[in-house]
Amino acid sequence: MKILVCISDVPDTTTKVKFKDDNTAFETAGVQWVINPWDELSLTRAVEMKEKTPGLIDNITVVTVGPKESEATIRKALAIGADNAIRVDALPKDAFYVASQIAEAVKNENFDIILTGIDSADYNGSAVGGMLAEMLDLTSVSSVSSLNAENSKVTVTREIEGGTETIEAATPFLAIVQKGIAIEPKIPAMRGIMMARTKPLKVVEPADSETLTHIEKFEMPQAKGACKKFDAEGVDELVNLLHNEAKMI
Amino acid sequence: MAILVYTENREGKFKKATFELLSYAQEIAQKTNTSVVALSIGNVEDETLKTLGQYGAKKIISVKNAPEFLDNKIYTDIITSVIEKEAANIVIMAHNLSGKALAPRISARLKAGLVSAAVSTPSSYDPFVVKKAVFTGKAFAHIKVNTALKVITLAQNSFGINDPQDQDVSIETFDAGVDTNSKTKLIDTHKITGKLLLTDAEVVVSGGRGMKSADNWHLLEELADVLGAGLACSRPISDEGWRPHDEHVGQTGKIIAPTLYIACGISGAIQHVGGISASKCIVAINKDPDAPIFEVADYGIVGDFQNVLPQLLEAVKNIKNS
Ligand SMILES: Cc1cc2nc3c(=O)[nH]c(=O)nc-3n(C[C@H](O)[C@H](O)[C@H](O)COP(=O)(O)OP(=O)(O)OC[C@H]3O[C@@H](n4cnc5c(N)ncnc54)[C@H](O)[C@@H]3O)c2cc1C
Ligand SMILES: Nc1ncnc2c1ncn2[C@@H]1O[C@H](COP(=O)(O)O)[C@@H](O)[C@H]1O
Repeated sequence: MKILVCISDVPDTTTKVKFKDDNTAFETAGVQWVINPWDELSLTRAVEMKEKTPGLIDNITVVTVGPKESEATIRKALAIGADNAIRVDALPKDAFYVASQIAEAVKNENFDIILTGIDSADYNGSAVGGMLAEMLDLTSVSSVSSLNAENSKVTVTREIEGGTETIEAATPFLAIVQKGIAIEPKIPAMRGIMMARTKPLKVVEPADSETLTHIEKFEMPQAKGACKKFDAEGVDELVNLLHNEAKMI
Repeated sequence: MAILVYTENREGKFKKATFELLSYAQEIAQKTNTSVVALSIGNVEDETLKTLGQYGAKKIISVKNAPEFLDNKIYTDIITSVIEKEAANIVIMAHNLSGKALAPRISARLKAGLVSAAVSTPSSYDPFVVKKAVFTGKAFAHIKVNTALKVITLAQNSFGINDPQDQDVSIETFDAGVDTNSKTKLIDTHKITGKLLLTDAEVVVSGGRGMKSADNWHLLEELADVLGAGLACSRPISDEGWRPHDEHVGQTGKIIAPTLYIACGISGAIQHVGGISASKCIVAINKDPDAPIFEVADYGIVGDFQNVLPQLLEAVKNIKNS
């Protein structure tokens, strides 16, 4: 089996977000870039499956649509255990554009399982996975919290409103993953880091593709009013405020 | 032209989030001089379907011939056929599990620009611009949609629900004529029963590592009981197995927007706050006056939960009984 893991290069989750150019662009100065947490967990699960069941998975490829700078993140993915990588040399413009680029880059590669995350920590589109499935005409299951494969059969658990469902699907198949897919991201070992340097990283030119949306500008949330603080003696007063002033209870 | 709202049912019933979607759609319909069509997939009684009219739907399309479980491809086939039949120019869905699964497929199939997790009605219609949350709630972006057909998923609790009004509504049973044989097979379902779901809860009571041990959770459970609230927790709590994973909120758990969020013994890490910052009102209980949670809270109690929670429970009981 061949697995493709789509990885997005995102600002570290503790980044203080700032904008520039009259709030039309994200300020990248000083930002630490990481593999989107979901993608890191997808990759962890793929590597786990490859290691635990010899012969099941022949190859794990990671793909990213991003500029040269995103190669640091790609190398980390290779260090975690991907066998090779593809980078489409383009700035992500919108989800449709990104999905089109991935679809074009992998359409002849016959991946059995494609993994994407439920959302990216930057644009929170929750979109690339579903769009990619549509473009490649694949079955997709979303909100996947566990993944197992044997032969050409894949079993996943997905979250539904108020519970979970276990679903069996034939490959090729695309899973959009969320919490549960793996617990802790795999930390690259020294050997992995050394090996990553020589693993193949193919850079491809972007295909012609449209965008359907455009970010006009960013906006910071309004500053919160000061917190009204009480000590343990003030509980009654607080509850009165919540009842009479805020009308919350 | 029409605004098509995908009105999802859970076991034949509609939840509040659906009425929120219709209220949202109705406001857009008024601004653009169009009308709201609701699409229901699955088995829902006509009497129940009619309630959609009270929140703004003029017409209801009911597709009964569909797989029992969500098959993304088949549901996309159904929804796109209804979009075409009704010549819809705006499609609205909830930004919940099924909306996230379906909206991108619809968007890619029909080349319709998607705004996911919208937080308000369009700020302008020509050009068509909608505001959404980005960077896990740390900022907003104004998204311009370039295509004639637009798809919007609405972030939960970001729009009020209109008062129900009696109005004429027609129900049309429609056979979308799509192949309903799924390539996926449902082999098991596990339902959480007898518990208020976090995503449905108006009030949420949440605990973190400051609660010290799972044995102290009864204090939060009792409070949640009196408030009719759902229970939540920070990530370490579900990682430790003190609480089930479906209660974990934050960037890597559930993103919720209740009216009232009560955080007890939670420090307010940025990844936690990303999941709760859209709450209307946040109350924090923490013994550390400098805990970051107080920066996002509206009200705070500085104190030990052992001391605060029993008092809080009494005070809330008094209010509820008065
Ligand atoms: C990629 C990534 C994703 C993450 N995603 C999430 C997520 O989705 N959700 C999430 O919650 N976290 C997430 N985290 C973890 C997050 O960074 C914090 O570690 C976590 O939220 C801390 O949980 P806590 O507030 O319960 O515990 P702590 O940070 O340990 O805070 C405990 C608090 O309790 C207070 N306290 C102690 N004793 C008492 C007492 N007796 N009475 C009252 N108060 C007391 C303390 O003052 C302290 O503020 C993520 C981290 C990473 C790196
Ligand atoms: N630029 C990108 N390159 C590769 N994969 C991406 C990219 N952006 C998003 N993805 C994938 O799509 C998922 C969801 O992203 P989004 O639709 O932006 O929320 C991510 O978790 C990735 O798996």
